[in-house]
Amino acid sequence: MTIRVGETATAPSFQKAALPLLEDAQLRRNIRHATDVIQHKRGLVVAETTDWQDLRAAGHAIKAHTLRHLDHYLLQFEKACTAAGGQVHWASDADEANQIIAALVRQYDANEVIKIKTMTTDETGLNEALEHAGIHPVETDLGELILQLGREKPSHIVGPSLHINRSQVRAIFREQMHLPDLSDEPEKLTAAARRYLREKFLSVKIGVSGANFLMADTGSVCIVESEGNGRMCLTMPDVLISLAGIEKIIPSFRDLEVFLQLLPRSATGERMNPYNSVWTGIHPGDGPRHFHVVLLDNGRTGILADQEARQTLQCIRCGACLNTCPVYRQTSGLAYGSGYSGPIGAIVTPQLVGLQHAQSLPYASSLCGACYEVCPVKINIPEVLIHLRGRVVREQKAALDPEALAMKMAAAIFASHRRFEAAQRLGRLAQRPLVSKGWVRGLPGMLGNWTRVRDLRALPPQTFREWWRKRGRDHRGNND
Amino acid sequence: MAGIIEGTMTDAREAILQRIRAALGPTADPASDYAAVPREYIREGRLDSEARLHLFRERLRDYDTTVVETDAASVPTTILAILRSNGQKKIIAADGLPPQLLPPEFRFLPEHQATVEDLNDCDGIVTLCTVAIAWTGTIGLTHGPGEGARRLTLLPDRQLCIVRADQVVETVPEAIERLVSTSGPRVTLISGPSATADIEMTRIRGVHGPRSLDVILVR
Repeated sequence: MTIRVGETATAPSFQKAALPLLEDAQLRRNIRHATDVIQHKRGLVVAETTDWQDLRAAGHAIKAHTLRHLDHYLLQFEKACTAAGGQVHWASDADEANQIIAALVRQYDANEVIKIKTMTTDETGLNEALEHAGIHPVETDLGELILQLGREKPSHIVGPSLHINRSQVRAIFREQMHLPDLSDEPEKLTAAARRYLREKFLSVKIGVSGANFLMADTGSVCIVESEGNGRMCLTMPDVLISLAGIEKIIPSFRDLEVFLQLLPRSATGERMNPYNSVWTGIHPGDGPRHFHVVLLDNGRTGILADQEARQTLQCIRCGACLNTCPVYRQTSGLAYGSGYSGPIGAIVTPQLVGLQHAQSLPYASSLCGACYEVCPVKINIPEVLIHLRGRVVREQKAALDPEALAMKMAAAIFASHRRFEAAQRLGRLAQRPLVSKGWVRGLPGMLGNWTRVRDLRALPPQTFREWWRKRGRDHRGNND
Repeated sequence: MAGIIEGTMTDAREAILQRIRAALGPTADPASDYAAVPREYIREGRLDSEARLHLFRERLRDYDTTVVETDAASVPTTILAILRSNGQKKIIAADGLPPQLLPPEFRFLPEHQATVEDLNDCDGIVTLCTVAIAWTGTIGLTHGPGEGARRLTLLPDRQLCIVRADQVVETVPEAIERLVSTSGPRVTLISGPSATADIEMTRIRGVHGPRSLDVILVR
């Protein structure tokens, strides 16, 4: 089994990837504008509810409960969905999911699919796998279409193209849609996308979606969206294939009463998003004649096994933690190595692919706690980040790297006051050539990285303990 | 080929379930555990019917839906007025819509006679709904008689939806209660016209679904 999350395994570390982004003033302006707007709208619609904390508590409890009985609810979903005419497939990892979907598309003799925006197919790299198999995926969400035509990477869980502004969109559409006279008004750009995709909606035979919620008791699937491209892909094609992580399950259709209040307010700052669709298997005479669900593990059962990090799987992908995160707001999602960005990406990705492939991500946070405060299902992201940092350190310790070695030495020194005082005396001697006017100007070698961006006071000529001992001696001398 | 898929599938299914059970260890009874979920949030609305309908109208307008209020006898003339003022000619009526709700002087294309091309090039459609939510300005369809198949309320550019006052509930939980179905739910919740904010967070109406939504509220 090989677990993959986008291109995380080969992506540069967060800190490396962030540097050029921090110098891209246009990108930072675009991100700041977009996240400010969503945060403001979210604040208004959350403030007008009087039971927001009660909804969060319920959302948290329902998701935690579902995870405690995940096998039970998956089997219940499988049974109900199958009874309604759907077919349920299981995939251990990304490649298996991609193979199942590609094989289904070939089985129905198609070479093109229309897609609803889904994080999970980003995770598995489905588009690349389909293209490799000679199948053309067409993204139909406006943001995803902009990325696909412009060959760009997603920078946000909900608004994947929010780092691209109107004039950049115009440039992409002008070239890719052959519309040299297109203006940069958002209305005109949106209308161009509508015309471009309408013909696809009416002709392509297979739709591919993710899922916001799978309801175990009825075997239904729920998709939450705004544009109507989702409804197009769900109802116009002959065949619908939905790829869903196993954690997307909720016990009952009735639980939508909680999540359909939490998700739209958190994601887009709306009381309700324009369209929510729920369907159950096949509905004769209305919509696809064949329906397949692919249930994906790809590392999720590993997260389930870690009691302290299990809450990561409660995520409903609203993106609120991104918008509020002081780190994300500077770098955008492009620094996180996969489509899962921001605080939630920093805990999801390393756990899915394994810490060794994404060691920098648990450190892509100031631990300020803003993400926890806005999370609609109360995932304590800072707590999980610290837990993962602990795991990173333990893994490094086992691998004997210089930092771990230095820490071990420091521990030995701090353990005895004699050793500590000896080290202080040694430090005073060693620092002499580096000190000027009471400050250490630059440490040599690797340690220089630290003093490059921080001030370091020189060790004082006398420590408190030395002063205390000397004072005692002097006093005794005076009294004699 | 199918054999290969099925082979890995069965293996994957067993392997995933096994990994889940190993991760969870012994578990309690799901039903009693589920009953312990705290549900302190608001379920029942607190407004009287006048205030509830007022809130519904406000919230619909907030998300670019037009609202016309009328009594049962005047529904046909109200529909006619909306269609005429917008210069609409080709309108499809959902199958199962009671004919007495439609103006006799206007020729409607019945849903079952409409092709996909008709849906694509018509001016609009007329439907009923199952429930409406005042708090969020939402109409809920279950696609039974008078509500149309799902594509009917998607491809055309304008939707006229007839909502009876007694279908309007205040809260989301009250609406979900009315949408629960034992025979496999098929639900579409619509809140305003189709929209996007993917370009610089500017809200644009009518990306792929109807650009206009008119609610006819029947008192």
